[in-house]
Amino acid sequence: MSDHPSTLAHHFDDLEQQRAASSLGMWLFLVTEIMFFGGLFCGYTVYRWMYPGAFAASSHELDIWLGAFNTAVLLGSSLTMALGVYSAQMGRRKALIAFLLLTMLLGSVFLGIKYVEYGHKFHEHLVPGAHFEFAGPFEREAQIFFSFYFAMTGMHALHMVIGLGLLTALVVMALRGSFSREYYTPVDMIGLYWHFVDIVWIFLFPLLYLIDRHK
Amino acid sequence: MSGDTQVMGPREEPRTNYLNAGYTLQSWLLTTDHKRIALLYLITITLFFMVGGIFALLIRLELLTPQGDLVTADTYNRLFTMHGLIMIFFFLIPSIPAVLGNFLVPIMIGARDLAFPRINLLSWYVFVLGGIIALSAAVAGGVDTGWTFYTPYSSTYSGSHVVLMAIGVFITGFSSILTGLNFIVTIHTMRAPGMTWFRLPLFIWAHYATSIIMILGTPVIAITIVLVALERVLRLGIFDPALGGDPILFQHLFWFYSHPAVYIMILPSMGVISELVTCFSRKRIFGYNFIAYSSLAIAVLGFLVWGHHMFVSGQSIFAGMVFSVLSFLVAIPSAVKVFNWTATLYKGSIELSAPMLYAFGFIGLFTIGGLTGLFLATLATDVHVTDTYFVVAHFHYIMVGGALMAYLGGMHFWWPKITGRLYPELWARLAAVLVFIGFNLTFFPQFILGYLGMPRRYFAYPEEFQALNVFSTAGAAVLGLGYLLPLAYLLWSLKYGARAGSNPWDAKGLEWEIASPPTTFNFETTPVVTEDAYDYPGEEVAVV
Amino acid sequence: MSEHIVSVRTYIVIFLALLALTFVTTEIAFVDLGPLNIVVALVIALCKAALVVLFFMHVRWSRPIVWLNVLAGLMWLVILLGLILTDFLSRDWIAPPRGF
Repeated sequence: MSDHPSTLAHHFDDLEQQRAASSLGMWLFLVTEIMFFGGLFCGYTVYRWMYPGAFAASSHELDIWLGAFNTAVLLGSSLTMALGVYSAQMGRRKALIAFLLLTMLLGSVFLGIKYVEYGHKFHEHLVPGAHFEFAGPFEREAQIFFSFYFAMTGMHALHMVIGLGLLTALVVMALRGSFSREYYTPVDMIGLYWHFVDIVWIFLFPLLYLIDRHK
Repeated sequence: MSGDTQVMGPREEPRTNYLNAGYTLQSWLLTTDHKRIALLYLITITLFFMVGGIFALLIRLELLTPQGDLVTADTYNRLFTMHGLIMIFFFLIPSIPAVLGNFLVPIMIGARDLAFPRINLLSWYVFVLGGIIALSAAVAGGVDTGWTFYTPYSSTYSGSHVVLMAIGVFITGFSSILTGLNFIVTIHTMRAPGMTWFRLPLFIWAHYATSIIMILGTPVIAITIVLVALERVLRLGIFDPALGGDPILFQHLFWFYSHPAVYIMILPSMGVISELVTCFSRKRIFGYNFIAYSSLAIAVLGFLVWGHHMFVSGQSIFAGMVFSVLSFLVAIPSAVKVFNWTATLYKGSIELSAPMLYAFGFIGLFTIGGLTGLFLATLATDVHVTDTYFVVAHFHYIMVGGALMAYLGGMHFWWPKITGRLYPELWARLAAVLVFIGFNLTFFPQFILGYLGMPRRYFAYPEEFQALNVFSTAGAAVLGLGYLLPLAYLLWSLKYGARAGSNPWDAKGLEWEIASPPTTFNFETTPVVTEDAYDYPGEEVAVV
Repeated sequence: MSEHIVSVRTYIVIFLALLALTFVTTEIAFVDLGPLNIVVALVIALCKAALVVLFFMHVRWSRPIVWLNVLAGLMWLVILLGLILTDFLSRDWIAPPRGF
């Protein structure tokens, strides 16, 4: 390996320092994302505590099986992403590209299903705003539930779309041969991002879809 | 090359440094050099300071008379809102970190640049974009909600440009996050050999603590702003009681960031003061470890006290008590710093240079501001003084008497390093004195006004408050002059000031061992650190 | 960040565990556990998140600074939620003084 590899930025002393910096940088960014989504989870918690009946009734309007299936899809995409990082670590370019594309495919399936769900909500007049309708005594508070439903899943979906963009960039870089056993930091870092987005959904699913399902 | 400030450097052709390493616009607008980015920030925040200052001027002019006669009540609402928003988000929060921090953090730890130079440049562009959007909102008529954006007025009833302003603040928040992220990674991973954590200048500890707050707090206000904007645009009902929403929830989410934000504004200042006090006492700082730990303590405790802004909002009395106790606790690490600076001064060989005058001003005014914070942290007295000019005076003592004076002190101290020029010392001392006098004349009467019951954010007031208001406005004029002077002579010094050597103050620190101005990559060879910070020869006092 | 290379087998086992937990949380939602329903749901979600963090994100083999990041993020979330809920839950505990 050369004294100053082309993948080493000039202000770093060595690749190890650069890797440590990239890793810490990505983790700090993920901490900001924890707090960003945290605000939404906080609002959700307060209103669920305030309006348990409305939240339960609203939750029943969500398709639990689509939600569960989507959860499995996203978990699968985390698996393929992890296997992509593994491939990069082993220097297997073709496997890396395959796993990245698989991850993107699964992510797209997730978004497709969300699109279908949103379509349902639109037709059922469950989108907050002027046309919101909710039968029963909870109309005002149900609108709050759906405000959070759309805000939280929408923000999550936005992050998934950004993730797909990042994965596309990774595929392009991999095709160009930018990665090797010694240098695959972007794959690793974007992998961390992807897993984080998965974790957000891991919490969104029970909190939104599984309220008082036994009633 | 040390020497006192009167030494005139030879008028030789300057060798290549970061300033003359490229003269094209592109070399500046596409720079990744942290020092150039610091200057880009300097220009931008100075412009914003002037905009915020003009709003302040209009406010003080209106308050010369008890009647609302200069502007309408609605316009007045927009004036104080825009003054607050611009000064907080577009001046105070970036000021020291984005200018002095960007310039000095890599140099002080012996690095060639920050960890992510391109993200540093991005943070400036993001700041500019947010600023342009905010100014557009101002030009379009501004916002009238108060900088605090309380709902449901901001989310439902206000007819002003809330969404546009919200977008501007939202975008600027990312600038803060990117800067904080860069600093933390840099300080963790790029310290020179021998630069252990406890040999770091306290300026670095201060910026590290500040960055922690930036990372953990800013995202919460970001999402809160998003929710307010969504509610406004889509009529959602998240914070609107008419639709089942809770305005107190908004206040919780808002203040969760906005209280730690004040620590973002003051911690870097405290870092500057530590540097100034030790240099101009010619003594090792007293209690280095305590000052370092107290910075971290402020960063953590600062997140636990936000409810003291909500004592009369409808928040539970029990929560109020909890927040009150925690607010008293957070005063302790700040007090520790003041004691340590004072102990550093004791038996020091004090030089009353302009930066030191600002430092003295800071110590006194910050202490007053901090002590009056305790009045506000006490539930019973807060009921009396909340939303009065007492609060206004309190935070201006800290932000203007504290943070802004530290910023000016730091700018003077490091001016020779940044520009390679010496500023005229006599004018600088005059300006510092003017600022101090003007500041006290402006804001001390406001403590009295608030205690007597004059509410904030009102453009008309009872006759009996006029005398104090006139004093305050007169003081503001003096203060304004005090701010214009440095603008003038610092700019003058760029062309006509004597050339500075690498260490005009004979100070300790890696930044003083390199040329003024530094070369693009700061160090020719990576320094190896063997000494503790502030290894001044002054009288030995027990280092805690 | 770890140089440690996790085996494919480990990844697949963890994935299957995640699927199993998803199945459990979905099914158990239909069982009336009273106030424990939400507790169980959150505990399962936390377990799933922990598996992703520790294994997929390699935190199990990471340097202490990464652990500090994760813990700090969690702690601050707890501060946000905890103190806000303290307000809402304690509204009735102490009556405001007369005339307030």
